[in-house]
Amino acid sequence: MTTLPEKTERKLGLVIDLDTCVGCHACVVSCKGWNTENYGAPLADVDAYGKNPEGTFLNRVHSYEVTPEEGTPQLVHFPKSCLHCEDAPCVTVCPTGASYKRYEDGIVLVNERDCIGCGLCAWACPYGAREMDSVEKVMKKCTLCVDRIYNENLEPDDQIPACVRTCPAGARHFGDFNDPESQVSKLVTERGGIDLMPEQETKPVNKYLPPRAKDTLEEIDILAPLLKPVAEKPDTFISWLNKQLDKI
Amino acid sequence: MKDQPYLDTSPEVSDEIRKTTCYMCACRCGINVHVKNNKVSYIEGNKDHPVNKGVLCAKGSAGIMQINAPSRLKSPLKRVGPRGSGEFEEITWEEALNLATTWLKPIREKNPEKLAFFTGRDQSQSFTSFWAQNFGTPNYAAHGGFCSVNMAAAGIYTVGGAFWEFGQPDWEHTKLFLLFGVAEDHDSNPIKMGIGKLKARGARIIGINPIRTGYSAVADDWVGITPGTDGLFIMSLIHLLLKAGKIDLAYLSQFTNAPVLVDNDTGLLLKDKNNKELVIDQKSGKLVTYDTKNISPRLTASHNGHQTVFYHMIDKYLSDEFSPESVSERTGIKAGKIRAIATEIARVAFEESFEIAEPWTDFRGKKHKTMVARPVSFHAMRGISAHSNGFQTCRALHVLQIILGTVEVPGGFRFKPPYPKPSSIHPKPHCKVTPGAPLDGPHLGFVHGPEDLCLKQDGSPARIDKAFTWENPMSAHGLMHMVISNAHAGDPYKIDTLFMYMANMSWNSSMNTKGVIEMLTDTTDSGDYVIPHIIYSDAYSSEMVAYADLILPDTTYLERHDCISLLDRPICEADAVADSIRWPVINPDRDVRGFQSVLCDLGARLKLPGFIDDDGNAKFKDYADYIVNHERKPGIGPLAGWRSKSDTGKGPPNQKQLELYIKNGGFWTKHVPKNARYYKPWNLGYQNWAVDTGLYDSPQPYLFSLYVEPMRKFQLAAMGHGKRQPPEHLRERILTSMDPLPIWYPPFEETVTDNDEFTLHALTQRPMAMYHSWGTQNAWLRQIHGVNPLYVPSKLMKSHFLKDGDWVRLTSIHGTITVPVAEMAALNEHTVWTWNAIGKRRGTWALDKNAPEATKGFLLNHLIHELLPSKGDGLRWSNSDPITGQAAWFDLKVKLEKVKPPSSSKPVFQEIKSPVEPGPNIILQGQS
Amino acid sequence: MHPTPSVIIFTALSGLGFGLLVFLGLQMPDVTGGVAFIFFAIGFGLAVGGLISSTFHLGRPERSLKAFKQWRSSWLSREAIAAIFTLCVMAIYAIGRIFFDYDIRILGVLGAIMSLVTVFTTSMIYAQLKSIPRWNTKLTPVYFLSLSVGGGALLAGQIKVCLFLLIIAGLFQLIVWIKGDRALALSGTTIGSGTGLDTLGDVRAFEPPHTGTNYLLKEFVYIVGRNHSAKLRIITLILMIGTPVLLLSLPFSHLLAALAVISHIVGLFISRWLFFAEAEHVVGFYYGKR
Ligand SMILES: Nc1nc2c(c(=O)[nH]1)N[C@H]1C(S)=C(S)[C@@H](COP(=O)(O)OP(=O)(O)OC[C@H]3O[C@@H](n4cnc5c(=O)[nH]c(N)nc54)[C@H](O)[C@@H]3O)O[C@H]1N2
Ligand SMILES: Nc1nc2c(c(=O)[nH]1)N[C@H]1C(S)=C(S)[C@@H](COP(=O)(O)OP(=O)(O)OC[C@H]3O[C@@H](n4cnc5c(=O)[nH]c(N)nc54)[C@H](O)[C@@H]3O)O[C@H]1N2
Ligand code: SF4
Ligand code: SF4
Ligand code: SF4
Ligand code: SF4
Ligand code: SF4
Ligand SMILES: [Mo]
Repeated sequence: MTTLPEKTERKLGLVIDLDTCVGCHACVVSCKGWNTENYGAPLADVDAYGKNPEGTFLNRVHSYEVTPEEGTPQLVHFPKSCLHCEDAPCVTVCPTGASYKRYEDGIVLVNERDCIGCGLCAWACPYGAREMDSVEKVMKKCTLCVDRIYNENLEPDDQIPACVRTCPAGARHFGDFNDPESQVSKLVTERGGIDLMPEQETKPVNKYLPPRAKDTLEEIDILAPLLKPVAEKPDTFISWLNKQLDKI
Repeated sequence: MKDQPYLDTSPEVSDEIRKTTCYMCACRCGINVHVKNNKVSYIEGNKDHPVNKGVLCAKGSAGIMQINAPSRLKSPLKRVGPRGSGEFEEITWEEALNLATTWLKPIREKNPEKLAFFTGRDQSQSFTSFWAQNFGTPNYAAHGGFCSVNMAAAGIYTVGGAFWEFGQPDWEHTKLFLLFGVAEDHDSNPIKMGIGKLKARGARIIGINPIRTGYSAVADDWVGITPGTDGLFIMSLIHLLLKAGKIDLAYLSQFTNAPVLVDNDTGLLLKDKNNKELVIDQKSGKLVTYDTKNISPRLTASHNGHQTVFYHMIDKYLSDEFSPESVSERTGIKAGKIRAIATEIARVAFEESFEIAEPWTDFRGKKHKTMVARPVSFHAMRGISAHSNGFQTCRALHVLQIILGTVEVPGGFRFKPPYPKPSSIHPKPHCKVTPGAPLDGPHLGFVHGPEDLCLKQDGSPARIDKAFTWENPMSAHGLMHMVISNAHAGDPYKIDTLFMYMANMSWNSSMNTKGVIEMLTDTTDSGDYVIPHIIYSDAYSSEMVAYADLILPDTTYLERHDCISLLDRPICEADAVADSIRWPVINPDRDVRGFQSVLCDLGARLKLPGFIDDDGNAKFKDYADYIVNHERKPGIGPLAGWRSKSDTGKGPPNQKQLELYIKNGGFWTKHVPKNARYYKPWNLGYQNWAVDTGLYDSPQPYLFSLYVEPMRKFQLAAMGHGKRQPPEHLRERILTSMDPLPIWYPPFEETVTDNDEFTLHALTQRPMAMYHSWGTQNAWLRQIHGVNPLYVPSKLMKSHFLKDGDWVRLTSIHGTITVPVAEMAALNEHTVWTWNAIGKRRGTWALDKNAPEATKGFLLNHLIHELLPSKGDGLRWSNSDPITGQAAWFDLKVKLEKVKPPSSSKPVFQEIKSPVEPGPNIILQGQS
Repeated sequence: MHPTPSVIIFTALSGLGFGLLVFLGLQMPDVTGGVAFIFFAIGFGLAVGGLISSTFHLGRPERSLKAFKQWRSSWLSREAIAAIFTLCVMAIYAIGRIFFDYDIRILGVLGAIMSLVTVFTTSMIYAQLKSIPRWNTKLTPVYFLSLSVGGGALLAGQIKVCLFLLIIAGLFQLIVWIKGDRALALSGTTIGSGTGLDTLGDVRAFEPPHTGTNYLLKEFVYIVGRNHSAKLRIITLILMIGTPVLLLSLPFSHLLAALAVISHIVGLFISRWLFFAEAEHVVGFYYGKR
């Protein structure tokens, strides 16, 4: 059923903190590891040891250089997986209903049994969040670890996406955006979380926390109050020192 | 939910979880290895583990591709073709061990030093060194000499512990964190977790690094310093803080040798007859030993013309040569920026200080009601240490920490047990060879003067790597990067067998890779190899395999026993001692053996004392047996856990020990008591706890060494004092470089190259998702880092009409490579860089010969020589720090010119015949 | 976008086929029996051939029947249904014309209309994609339809109509290109909006997430050189529009007509190749490839 639910009971997704992500790719690989073992077919790696190794990944970490008008260039590491959009074009274009958005939590999934591998959903996704598996020939995408977050075989605090659990820097957060009290909702309000490509009107659920202002330490001329010399020359310094020491 | 497909949201995860220790790098995180029908199905972090607390990096998560890698060696190999050809025949272990024995036995009986045994990314150094010691050769070391010995040695001589993985910032309390020259470090996950904590609190991070990636990318402020000049920058900060009186006087007088008196004539520290440093007591004005109860040493004392260390520091660092204006141009940092940083440091250290209400008692019996925070912390690694001025620069950084009073206080830098440990209680190096008998003591250690150098009677080097000689007196980790070239040159002497473990010395581990390859294959007039025998243990089809005569194939990290021991590089946290094990969570499907078990066997065959029982039989069945039953001292063994009922860390061997480790998730921890968490070097609470835990024999309070007296002793020798005298050509260098107070001098390569021609610095960085050469065999990781462009600053790209994907010829005084480029803006204007060790040789790692790693990837190593060009006097100094011998990887200067795209990056080496089958084309991990 | 042959063939041939059926449904030319058979055979041949070729780019063609389910939301589904329905209607109509010389007028008209609808649905598969600004415009259906009927008229031998329609189609093609070249810029999507970093400064892609290639790069990041495309555009206009118009304006001969047809079809293929090859998917921004 590729018509989108009016509203979903919960709105599950990720907050990604661009001020904290160090670009280590841990989330990329643990995602690969979990999802190749679980949901649907394995994520194939083709020409694995060859000239053009090419595998299916559901999460990838880009990096961008930002050069301000004046001031120092910055580098931003940028993880990207499916944003589980509310108005997901990838869902509505799907001719078979394989691509769908869940009523209960808004997770966008591909039912691989119904997928004919036409690729149209990937065409429709502006974010490049879908990759056709070159062996299974069905569409692959971030499942928001739907087989972890409700999985009773996992301890409660492990019932989170693999990428979130593994992120060493804690730059990824998982939760329900319908709940204003959830950590994700709070982070978005506090840190001004943003949508990617708002003009595409996909209403992404995942939000990105922009990098905090960088290189803000103002250069200081001689008259730095805190650095006011107590003495210029060694001998005068010693006499200052003696005064201090007598105080101790 | 009407027309939604059914979905099982609670699938079985796996049949079983086996908890062990990761070894995709040296960080040694705890892992949960999920096993599905006896195959590893998924690897995740162990939440209870002290190191990683559940998180796992990209490498760790890709372990599954490592243990299945087609590059795994399958059985012992004997070389049949010429060295370097890669032509081997498979032999049995019995044949392999016999062959090794026939080579090694005669050596041990006649001249043990003809065996050089060196280990690379090894984690069992206390074991391998024990083996070497029993063999009796002085020629043993691990890779530390080319890694980061400057950092380790500077730390231990100055504060009794180093950054590296021996300490960590107080992540919970620090408010300002300065990170010098770190791309990744050994503490891969802990540093990321720490940075995450700071970010969550919105604490400020300052990254000092020519390149703005990774940690420096998330840093709030970036200082794109010019390589090799950190010493100047740091001393300028010291200059400003001193001058402004923004220093912790109480801390300096109580816990450091700032108040210790320096003998005016010798420059040595004044000591009493028991060799204890002397200070003047503030109250009584008396001359007393520093540890006299209830005294408070006076910083500004003098005694018959002898002045305190602090006087000497003031003289040195108030000098205008360290003013921001004077250092600005060299460092490439604006004077105003240096001031801004000094101000921020001063502000946070002294105005954002706070106290933790935790009473403690110091070694002078003084009771302190609280623990006072100086919430500024520092961390640094190879960026400052892998230079020929690295030791003094690392020292300078510790001095900065000390004058701020930020070591071992809340919010500052904290040691991880068994550190702190002053250099004085570390062993000294030993080199006395007796044919047929063990060495007179441990190989490596800390020298305290010329008398401790490893020299023969005739004054020539006792060790093949010339460690602990006048060329690099304090080379605490040896000089692995010099072994092959010295052995080839027969200088100081020829050897018979080179035995190496886990080091890719014919590739990314070596400077001057091409030259090293030639040395390994060079023959004498009689047609024998100049280095007669080479034995090597690797687990994979690396570049080094082809150059060995005998290969002892190792298991992968999930197939063997290992122990991460307190006697070695431990995994402790600041609040707890910890050690851990690896155990075979899967069984090898090949004829391979854990290298340590092989050493136990070989040791027994060679009848090494430590490896045979009284009736000459093998003492240890295998490494697991050794781990449990070996004792260094009564009650102290490789593992500290579950030795005794009370589980103190000490006690007799316990046969159930490994079981208990496995039951506990593969590790053991014991927490530091609350009142012992800070001020460890002086805190009786900690000192006593450390003794109970077996870390010390007795309490070892000590003073931080702003002034490192042993260095002065070498200066004195250089001035002609004492009976052990340096060779003439080294006097000058020793005198200038071994200043007991930190100094800065230009990196050596700059002093011997034309800097108007070679205008650029060339660096490498560790990619977070790749481990040296061995990550490349990993089908997942190589998709992330399959090629390594040379990153070039935007300005240079324009001036050379370069765009991404173009090629350049990169030239140093030593060599030339041809490589692809990519633009980078957030980069020091005079610096180019690339990812380390991505380039691979055709025929290795079970990769296709057209793999991008071989056709586009490259190493900078071809441009770096282990020796500097001769200075006219015909002598060539090693391209290392003159104090520790640390390889100066990052002194490299280069020039570049645009060239037409070649068919592949250069130099091109002839393809090696792979000793293993090529890998599958398609991987479907998890297909049931 | 990667110009996949199967998709180019599909849209080009089915467009032509249904275009021809439009005219046959309207009894232009008014033919029966053998002649009708040939005309219908060509129409069905092209339409069905196109549809079949479209299944070649499916990963799982054996499941293609599932594609009929989602007409409520999916243009691809609608297209499939419309195509089949049209072909059935036309089949019955054709049988009448060919074998019984009988004319079920409303079926013919219905079939003609449905043929246009089918081409429209095809065009909407592309026109609906906001992620590909060049396509995401009313001009896309206009471009598909005008060429479909133009080509249809040509095949149906409706000289006058054809001349008129082809010239129209040519004009639309020009507009499609001119507007298309500005579409990405006007879409407002940039590397800045894609990363949200535009507020901080000038954004440039640094290191890619993977040094190897992947599905996204192969499928969506296809770049045609400016000069190259300019040349191809001119060739397109000459072959697809110019030559046929010229040949048809000359006194009629089957040879010239045949040449006109061939020239048009070749031109049409190039036009379609450009349609795909020049289409910029916004994901290219993330890879710094725009
Ligand atoms: N240009 C440049 N060169 C550098 C550096 C740099 O910064 N720049 N860094 C230097 C530094 S600090 C270091 S530490 C070295 C590191 O370089 P190396 O010490 O060579 O490290 P690796 O290449 O990762 O691994 C060495 C060998 O260990 C093998 N190995 C892996 N796992 C096992 C195992 O379980 N058992 C056995 N027996 N072998 C195994 C691998 O197959 C590989 O052949 O590189 C140095 N080289
Ligand atoms: N993922 C991963 N982790 C690893 C390794 C690995 O291969 N992969 N290797 C392990 C090993 S053996 C080691 S030794 C450690 C090393 O870990 P690091 O100490 O992080 O070593 P490098 O990666 O060489 O990074 C050196 C950093 O110093 C910077 N730098 C270079 N010269 C200067 C300078 O003059 N001043 C300043 N301020 N910065 C400078 C470089 O830009 C680079 O960022 O990493 C360990 N951890
Ligand atoms: S794991 Fe976390 S820090 Fe690493 S790349 Fe992913 S999001 Fe960034
Ligand atoms: S990110 Fe792409 S795939 Fe995911 S829901 Fe949005 S449009 Fe669909
Ligand atoms: S590829 Fe599969 S999921 Fe995507 S649109 Fe086609 S059928 Fe639907
Ligand atoms: S949520 Fe799960 S599937 Fe999605 S990126 Fe994270 S690990 Fe991958
Ligand atoms: S840092 Fe990564 S590779 Fe290193 S031990 Fe930890 S998990 Fe393994
Ligand atoms: Mo290292």
